[in-house]
Formats: sequence, C-alpha cells, structure tokens
Amino acid sequence: MIKEKIADLRRQALEVVKEARLSKDLAELRIKYLGKSGEITSLLKGMREVPSDERPMVGKLVNDLREAIENAIGSKENQLKAGETEERLKKETIDVTLPGIKLKQGGLHPVNLVRNELIEAFSGLGFKVFEGPEIELDYYNFKQLNIPDDHPARDMQDTFYINEGILLRTQTSAGQIRCMEKEKPPIKVLSPGRVYRSDYDATHSPMFHQMEGLVVDKGITLCDLKGVLEAVCKKVFAPDVKTRLRPSYFPFTEPSVEIDVSCSECGGKGCSLCKGTGWIEILGAGMVNRVVLENCGVDPDVYSGFAFGLGLERIAMLKYGIPDIRYLFDNDIRFLKQF
Amino acid sequence: MKLPLSWLKEYVDLTDISVKELESKLFYCGFEVEEIIHRGKNINKIVFCRILSLAKHPNADKLTICQVDAGKYGNLQIITAATNVFEGALVPVAVDGATLDNGETIKNGKLRGEPSYGMFCSGEELGINDSFYEGASVNGILIFKEDYPLGAEVKDVLGIEDYIFDISVTANRPDCQSILGLAREISAVLNRSLKMPSFEYSVDKTVKIDDKLKVFVEAADLCPRYAAAYVSDIKIEKSPEWLRRRLFSMGLNSINNVVDITNYVLLEMGQPMHAFDYNFLTGGEIDVRRAKENEKITTLDEKEFTLNGNNLVICDGEKPVALAGIMGGLNSEIREDTKEIVFEAAKFKRDNVRKTSRALGQRSDSSARFEKGVDAYTTMLALKRALHLVCELNCGKIAEGIIDRNVESLQPKTIETTFDKINGLLGITVPKEETVNILNRLDFKTEVKGKNLKVTVPLYREDVEGFPDLAEEVIREYGYDHIECTLFENSSITDGGKTDAQRREEAMKKLLVDAGFFETITYSFVSDKYFEQYSLDQSKAIKLMNPLGEDFSLMRTSLVPSLVNVAVKNLNKNNYDGRFFEYASVYLAKELPLKELPEERKKICLVCYGLLESFYTLKGVVEKLLSSLKCKSEPVFEKTNIAYMHPGRTAEISLGGKNIGFMGEISPVFAEKLGIDKRIYVAELDFSTISEDIDEKISFKPIAKFPSVERDLALLVDKTATNAEIIDCIKNSGVKNMESVELFDVYEGIILPEGKKSMAYRIKFTCLDRTLSVEDVEKYVGKILKNLKEKLGVEIR
Repeated sequence: MIKEKIADLRRQALEVVKEARLSKDLAELRIKYLGKSGEITSLLKGMREVPSDERPMVGKLVNDLREAIENAIGSKENQLKAGETEERLKKETIDVTLPGIKLKQGGLHPVNLVRNELIEAFSGLGFKVFEGPEIELDYYNFKQLNIPDDHPARDMQDTFYINEGILLRTQTSAGQIRCMEKEKPPIKVLSPGRVYRSDYDATHSPMFHQMEGLVVDKGITLCDLKGVLEAVCKKVFAPDVKTRLRPSYFPFTEPSVEIDVSCSECGGKGCSLCKGTGWIEILGAGMVNRVVLENCGVDPDVYSGFAFGLGLERIAMLKYGIPDIRYLFDNDIRFLKQF
Repeated sequence: MKLPLSWLKEYVDLTDISVKELESKLFYCGFEVEEIIHRGKNINKIVFCRILSLAKHPNADKLTICQVDAGKYGNLQIITAATNVFEGALVPVAVDGATLDNGETIKNGKLRGEPSYGMFCSGEELGINDSFYEGASVNGILIFKEDYPLGAEVKDVLGIEDYIFDISVTANRPDCQSILGLAREISAVLNRSLKMPSFEYSVDKTVKIDDKLKVFVEAADLCPRYAAAYVSDIKIEKSPEWLRRRLFSMGLNSINNVVDITNYVLLEMGQPMHAFDYNFLTGGEIDVRRAKENEKITTLDEKEFTLNGNNLVICDGEKPVALAGIMGGLNSEIREDTKEIVFEAAKFKRDNVRKTSRALGQRSDSSARFEKGVDAYTTMLALKRALHLVCELNCGKIAEGIIDRNVESLQPKTIETTFDKINGLLGITVPKEETVNILNRLDFKTEVKGKNLKVTVPLYREDVEGFPDLAEEVIREYGYDHIECTLFENSSITDGGKTDAQRREEAMKKLLVDAGFFETITYSFVSDKYFEQYSLDQSKAIKLMNPLGEDFSLMRTSLVPSLVNVAVKNLNKNNYDGRFFEYASVYLAKELPLKELPEERKKICLVCYGLLESFYTLKGVVEKLLSSLKCKSEPVFEKTNIAYMHPGRTAEISLGGKNIGFMGEISPVFAEKLGIDKRIYVAELDFSTISEDIDEKISFKPIAKFPSVERDLALLVDKTATNAEIIDCIKNSGVKNMESVELFDVYEGIILPEGKKSMAYRIKFTCLDRTLSVEDVEKYVGKILKNLKEKLGVEIR
C-alpha cells in the first residue's frame, strides 16, 4: 500500500520538478514536498499503520524519496538559475559609450599656479614661506630698505598712500626686513603676495603679485644667487633654459642685477616674444645691501646675503602666453578653465 | 637719456666701433639702450641742384617748370608749386627713386601733362629745421646759402645722418644723465681715453664780481652749493651752427646764444643752469631762501604761482626771481636787449625740487634733472664750461671771480678694503691687476698694499659708498658672464617648506577646486559705492589718499561684493554655470584715522549659480570644507538676516559658539538691482577664526566589538520645524548608547495633514561592551519619541 503511495509520489514529484519554469516555483515545490507540513511529512505520519517489521524498509524508501526530490529540485534549481542569470545580465546590458556622470572640476588661478610652482621649487632648496602685511609702514616698505625720503627710487614706484606713514606695499621686499627682524641667520625665505602700484595698462595692474626671496648666511656670494635662480628657472621653465646676469640698480641690494632667461619660444635665436634679443627679463636681484643688513641688526661683516623679487603675473603671462595682464583679473570662467 | 653719436665722438674715439657693438657693450655694463634712432636713415638721392631757369606751366597757374643742373644726374626738369624758388638758387632735389625722411619714395612723373624728373624738398622733408640749418624751417623749399657740389647727397654733405641712443640710466647713476657722463662711462668700457671739453676762459680784470653781486644762501639746508658768475657786454645773437646742431640732435630748439649755452651745459654736463638779466636783479643781490607765505612768482612761461615756506626761491633784493631748480621768473628773463647777466649753477636738494614741482604742477628739464640728483662737484665745472662757451662765442665779458657758496665740503671719499672682500661677495676671483685696471679706467684712484686696496672715489660718484659698490664696478666691467652657478657651497643647510597653516590653505583650495570651484583674484580695493549698495559697515574701512579712481578707493572689508561682481560679470557674458572662490585678506582698521597697521583677516568667499545649484549644494561644500579642516566643533547653521541676502535662505555659521561667517542666497530684490534674474549663492568664511578651532592631532578611539542597531523613525512635524531642533531634541533624550542621528528623507505632500511635513531619521545605537537587545532598543526609541512629543509635539508617522 504504502510502497505504491511512495512510488506514486516519487513519479509525481519528479515530474512537476522537471516541468518547473522559474526558481520561485521550485521554492514552492520544496515547501510542498519537503516542508514542515509537506507530502513527505504526511507520509511519515502514516508510518504508524505500517507493520513494525516493515518499518525499516519503508523508512528507507521514504528517505530515498526525500533525497531524490531534494536532488531533483537542487539540480533543476542550478539549471534554472543559470538561465535566469543569463537572462538578467542580458537585460542589464547598457550603452557603455554614453558619457559618465559629470563631476565638476575647478581650477587654481594661473598666478597662484605659478606661485605654487615656485614655492615648490624653492622649498627643495631650503626656503620657507613668510608672509608680511599688505598695508605696510613706510618704514618697512622704503626706509629700512635704504630708500630714504628724497631717494629717486621712490619715483620709480607710484605708491598708494593711506596716510604719511602708512601705505599699500609696493614690493614684497618689505617682508625682508620683517623677516630679518624676527629670525636670525641662516635665513632662506620666500615672501609672496599682493603688491600695489598706481599704474594701469596692458602690462601693468594697480594690484599684482610679487615673490621676494631672501637668503642671509655666512659666505653667500653672487655665484650662489646665480646658482639658485638658474636652478629654479630650469624647474619652472625648461631644463635647458639658460640665465644671464646684467647690472641693474635697487637701493636694497649692491651689486644689483637683472636676470634674463633664454627665450623659451625661440631657444635664444630671437623672436617676437623676446623682441629679437633671445632673452627675456625675469627678475631683479642682488646682494643684500650692507645698510639693509645693519638696519635689521645683522652684522654685515659676518653675514652676507642675496635677495630677489619677481612678478608672478609676468611669469604667468610668459609661461602661458597671456597677452594682456587684465585677463588675469577679469575672472572670466572661459579664461580660468584653461589652467 | 639721449646720446647722439655725433656728439659722443667729441669725447671718445669711436673708430672701428659699430653701433651694434657699442649698444652691446653698454648693455653689459649696465646701460640698456632702449632705442636707437637712426636719423636720416631713409633719406636717399636728395641732391644739391642749381636752378637754371623758371617758366610758367602752360596748363596750371600755380605750377612752375624749372630746369636744374643736378651735377652727375644731368640737367633735369622739375615742376614745383613752391613760390620761394628763383633762378640761380641752390636747392635740394629728390631725383627719380629718391626717398624722403618720412620714407616716401619720389618717382619721375607728369604734372598736368608736363614731365617732372624729381621734386624740390623742404627742410622738413630732410628731417631738419632752423636749429640744424638756418632757413630749413621756411615755409617752402629749402634754399642753401652756401655753395655745395651739384649732384652730391645733401645728407652726407650736411651731416644729417646720426645715431641717437636712448639709454636707460639707473637711478643710482645721475652722473650719467649727461653726454659727458655717458662718454666717461663709454671711454672706460672701450678702454679708450676721454677727451675732456675745455673749461678755460679769460676774464675782464677790470670788473670784480664782488663789486657787482652779493649772494646769500639763507636756506643752506636745501642748497648745498650755489655758484654764480657775472658777464657784461652781452651780445644776444643766434648761436653758431655747431651749437644749434647739438641742441637739434637732442630735440631742442635754438633760442639765442645765452639761453643756448645754459641748455647746452645742462645736456653736456648734466648741470641745470640759469641766466638772469642782471639789470632786473634789484640791489645786485641774490638770496636763496624759503618763500614767504603767499609770496607770488610768475615763471618764464607766464604762469603765476602762490608759494609757501616749503618752496625754495631765488630772490633779488626784494622779490623772487626764480623757482629754485624749476624755472626762472619772467621778471628777470633774458631779452633781446639784455646787456649784463648772472649765470647760476647750483645744487638744490632733489627732494625739495620734487616736492615743489609736484605741489605746483610745474616741471621743466631742469627740475627733472635736479630730481635725479646733481653732484656739487660738477656744479662748478659746469659754470666754468658755460663761461668757456661765452668766450668761445665771444658774446660777453666775464668779470673776475666766481661766487661760490660752498656749503658742502668736497673731500673725495676713500674706501679701504681688500681684494678678498670684493671677491668674497662675487664668489669668483678677479685677478688683482684686472680689479685695479678696471677701477682706474672708471676714474677711481687706487693704492695697493699686498692684500689691501685703498680706493679714492671720483667726486661725481656720490653713489659709491663701500666695497660692495666697488665689487659692482669691477664685475660689470669684468663681465657678469664670469659668475658661475653654485648652490650654497659655504653656508648652512636649512629646512624649507610650508607651515601647517600654509599647508591647510593649500589643501582647502584643492578641495574647492575638486568641488568644481575656480579660483579668482580680485582687487583688494573696491568702490565706495559697494559699501552703500551692500549696507556694509564703513567704520573700519580704510580709504586710500590717492586712489586710481573712486572705483578703487576703499580697502575691502568683505570679499562678497567682489565675488558677486565676478558672478554678475560672468552671467553677463552668458557663462551660465559658475562656481568661484577667492581666498584673500580683508582689511579692518583698529581705529580711524589709521594710527597703527590694520588687521588683515584671511577670508574665503564662495559664490555659485546655475541650473543645478541650490542653498544645499553650496552648504554641502561648506560642510565638507569645514570637516576637511578638522575642526573640533560641529558647525552650527542658524537662520539670519543680512541686508542683501534672501531673508528666508541665509544662515549664520558658527563653530564652538564663534561666528565664522554666513552663507545663503542673494536676495532676488538685490540681484535684480544688479541686473540679474538668476539665483546666486554665496558664502563667506573667516579663515582666521576657523583656524582657532582646528585640531589636527589624531588619536585612536576604540571601535565597538558588538554590532550596532539602526532604527528609522519617520516623524510628522510642523512645516516650520527645523532639522536642527529635531536632531537636538533626539540627542537630548537621555539615551546613552546613541551613536549618530541622521536625516535621510524630508517629504511634503497632500497625503499629510495640513501644515505638516514628514522627516525621517536614521538613529544608530552602539554599546561598547555588549550586544544591544531588542528590548534595549525599544526602550531607547520610546524615550526618544516621548521627548519629541513633549518638547516639540512631534508624532511618529
């Protein structure tokens, strides 16, 4: 009796499992046959009616049946899953050539790009960054830099005054003095920042940026000045760039020099960028004037030093080929996006 | 400073030196030639011709047909409209293929049917005027008075061609603001001798200057030297051609012999001079003094000035006769009938000349020269040179003696140094002989004792003070190309790089750039209009004394107007999306008027606009910025009011109870006034205050070993309720193991009761020493809900 029941169930179960189309149907079948109150369980409930000597044999048959159904469901499940996964992956196919979701990217101002690049280059040579105030005392901007009241150098720079003794700094050199007052040699500092002069045209802006450099130590020479600045120019412009010194004048340095770099555009042959000379004026520099050292309480018989100052706008304009300084302060996004 | 080679040749032999070579030598010794004007460069085939005959043009009343003898060019027919030509006149003719001074080419052609084989030229077409050749300024054709070979080039015969160097002279070398000064420099760099001009003159021994003139220098502090000479029997005449041409080559016009002498000496020696008509010097007296209050003077150019005690004047016995160093008075100027004169050569303090010149708005070649600085040594030399020229031009009798109020002593400076010191500064070893040789060439006297070097500085070199100046003299002649590249061979190693604060600034900028913001740089000074427009507090704003204009007159106290302006400008250029920032200082006076330096506070200002922007996109950036800076406190945003901001969309931001700035949307009413119909979002943060809250110290906190439990609560709250107060209420429910509370959804819609919105929070509970049971969590949630209900009347949805 029971044996037939088992055989029937086996046939029926294996048949429906074979016919199942979806994995969720299988889940239902599993509950129907193998669940807590499924067919197998009810079979086992009927075991009481089986004579005790047949029970082991019937028990085995039931277990075999369970195993068979389980296996059938299991292998059907694997079979269906593979198909379904394939289907799903197929459905999920996308156009990989559509553009990505935009992450906005901004940019630093070209003047500060140059600033960072220079700081980077000088840091490697042992320079620190020191920032002084933009609204400055005449004392630091002129007097301590060996530019007394009647000095013609005052005419070279048209100064914005706030009152007799306070002005907008015309040069980052003012930072030199503050730095030397604060620190003892050896000193190697860069002092970048905004400076102001009363001048406005295609190459002059009433506000622009300079970077001052100062080195004070024992045994500093003009050769060190050339070595340091040439090393930096090579980093900022090109590794094969050459530098040239020529005499100049600044009240706070003696000797004073102008430093030119070989024209990156023509390699020194002469072009419109370098006005045919093969050289481009880059910065002013010199050996720190003994008077300036003395003013700051540094003994000029023990220490010597050099200082240099360069215009960041000028370098940015040269480096990126910007024809008019006013672009740098227009802040048009079409301009800013280029850097 | 202009330097005509024709004049330079008087003092230095330029044989075998090309113009290019001279330019290059000057460049490397510190005198950059800014421009070389090649005078007469274009002129070609303009030749001397004799007019043989004149005839009326058959077809034109105003034209004349002339036959001329053009020497090697043969006899030519020239048609002219000029009326000052006559038979036998010697004239310049531009023959076929000629070019004029202005570059224009002349070709054979026909005028009203008659052939013309060239053109008569005026002085202008040869680039010359009366100062160069008398008669060259005439309105018409230049007629030569002398005889010249027919067919010869006019420019060669008259010597029109010249090279004028325009040299940039650095401020430390006023001694080179003269032809002679530059010649001295060039003789040194070429290592050729300098031929000094003559300072000799003869005097009329019957007249003693002291009988004629008394000079008092009352304001000795402003006039370190005043020298004067007296000349009688003056014959005011035209200057000789050589003198006129010299002036012409420098772009000056000849006036008369006496005035020309003073101008010539200024150019040649670099010493401004003045000549007074002695007859108008009351009392035969000169007093150099400060002007009295409201004293008046009318200068040569007939302008009247009212003076004060800051202005130095030259006075006679009773009144000012010159503005010292700037311009002479009309009352004592040289006239046609002047018979006796006083020459003045003085050194006035450059600062005073500059200040007076600026204050009065009166400038001259003389004041420009004084401002650069003249040396007391040259003062006397120049006066003697002027007297020499009086003799040479034979235009007067010089009284015996020169009055010299020599306030400044003229002892040459000596510098005692060593070759080592000079070389030590340069970093190279210049051979001893070379050093000495260079200094000698530059007119420095040297005494060498072993390693020691004693140098006597020429009196005109007031700029030279110590051995570094000598080092500069040596290296600019020896050549800067000898300088090698070294990297601190003899000095200490230092540690470079940025400070923590500088590194933070950089990281902050990078964060903003990565968030799509473009860095801008705007002017630190702004229009005073901004202050009114934005209702900004002006009590700390610093005003410039001499701004470029009203738009640049006040130092900004906020970056917002500048950045909003960037947004407006970009919108006006149809740049429809934008994110900008600026990191810069604002300037806040501690008191006004300014007695000490103001506070310069670093601010960071963000502005953005565009389709996808909202209060919350900007707030996200601000929050990210603050969290990346590792602030100790959580930022708190509270609704606030700012005149130009949207009253419902503006938040004040604080950190640990300190205000650090604000953010929000520009008021649409305000935007409209700026001509903008888009929403603009702006934030301004005070970097200095934020920095005070930064704690970059990192210390490990234990991680819970037991799993945390999360619960989501959807709350039904009043529409006016804020996230901040709900979170605050949840956090203050007295629940211990609450790790975090986060809003994850806000919903408003018709399915909710009127005036309500739904806010959903995810609350995380964690306990460090055990696993939280379901009961624990239920208890916590119950506490939270109870608190919400009691404090805010909030129900769970």
